Amino acid sequence: MNDIWTYLSQNRSTVLDALQQHVLLAVLPLLIGVVVALPVGYLGVRFGWLYHPILNVSGLIYSIPSLAVFVALPYVLGTQILSPVNIVVALALYTVALMARTVADGLRSVDPTLTEAATAMGYRRTRRLVEVELPLAAPVILAGVRVAAVSNISLVSVGALLGVGGLGALFTRGFQLFYTAPIIVGIVLSIALAAVADLLIVLFQRAVTPWTRAVKGA
Amino acid sequence: MDETPYLLDGANWAWSSPGTIPHLLLAHLGYTGLSVLVGFLIAFPVGLLIGHTGKGSFLAINAGNAGRSLPTLGLLSLLVVYLSSQGFLPVLIALVVLVIPPILTSTYAGLRSVDPDAVDAARGMGMSSAQVLFRVELPMALPVVFGGVRAAVLQVVATATVAAYVGLSGLGRLLVDGLALNDYGRMVAGAVVVAVLAVVLDLLLGLVQRYSVSPGITGRGLARARGPRSVAESGAKPERELVS
Repeated sequence: MNDIWTYLSQNRSTVLDALQQHVLLAVLPLLIGVVVALPVGYLGVRFGWLYHPILNVSGLIYSIPSLAVFVALPYVLGTQILSPVNIVVALALYTVALMARTVADGLRSVDPTLTEAATAMGYRRTRRLVEVELPLAAPVILAGVRVAAVSNISLVSVGALLGVGGLGALFTRGFQLFYTAPIIVGIVLSIALAAVADLLIVLFQRAVTPWTRAVKGA
Repeated sequence: MDETPYLLDGANWAWSSPGTIPHLLLAHLGYTGLSVLVGFLIAFPVGLLIGHTGKGSFLAINAGNAGRSLPTLGLLSLLVVYLSSQGFLPVLIALVVLVIPPILTSTYAGLRSVDPDAVDAARGMGMSSAQVLFRVELPMALPVVFGGVRAAVLQVVATATVAAYVGLSGLGRLLVDGLALNDYGRMVAGAVVVAVLAVVLDLLLGLVQRYSVSPGITGRGLARARGPRSVAESGAKPERELVS
């Protein structure tokens, strides 16, 4: 335990930098991925024949190991192998693969009588989507966002194998120095970060879907 | 890249010399198989117990989330330094820790998703608790359990590359050595072989799943007679774990 406090007090700025970079490398692809996945998932619902192709392609992207994607992307994008851009693009890709399916399933889970009621009230397609279907699909969609956020946070550290920063750099440093303190600090911060992200999304969900609690309370 | 691409150079495929792609592939599959086996032997019985009795569901539900957030690379580094061992043991432990959550969670979720009426009917027919579990609940839960095993295998195939990081063999060698030697062609070769291996394994497991689950549950062959596809089939791949 003493080791850890000594390490922390001597390397505070290193650890904080790693944490900050980790957050950036996990959150940026999450936001990009969700923004891209929303229209893709919607297309899968709007045009039914697209649903299964979208499912299959996301399954395929999913089964490609992240380290392989990190290594292959510089070849495709023309970036440097050590560039954080590879990590961001790779994780955004995974997020889209996960979320496209979730968005489609979420929109499909909306009770058709409710969308019909909205139509009968004169809602046009876009307004119905934004004001009725998306909010009702929010619990399913946000459940997917939680999975994507936690996975992203854990995956960023794999980038350390290629020398890209984040908390994973603490693992490689501890391994090279044969010293447990930075490794434990890295693991604890990584798990804590995932827990905080998960909590924030849950709170967001409660804020945007007040009716789910009203039903439970009744 | 001016020279022959690493993947197309026959010398890198020769079985006679050690350290070539076939040797690395075999080692990689060995690590994967052993880890999944050990993890399955631990997680499956526990999942059956929790799913059948309903006791300890908290553990099963949270194992999935906890497992997702634990960074394998960190765990492996910690084990190597803590055990002062560069051998296979730390790698095995780290990979088994990765296998347990998806299998535990899916076994539990599979058993819980079984129609309670079917379980009641089986009890009413006089089946013992064990008979209910193995003849009714498990066959009906099989698609979901399989989903968890597939997710676990995919994750381990992807993550077994870290074995090279602590000096062992496996396809990660191409990535680690390629990075050390500044040989990008070798790294791409490693990435391609790992990716192809993962996709092929997933397809193979999909086939095994297709033919091991009872047609009465998948609705295969009955689909047209009954109209819409059964829930069991569409739910066969629940939420896939993200490969690391």
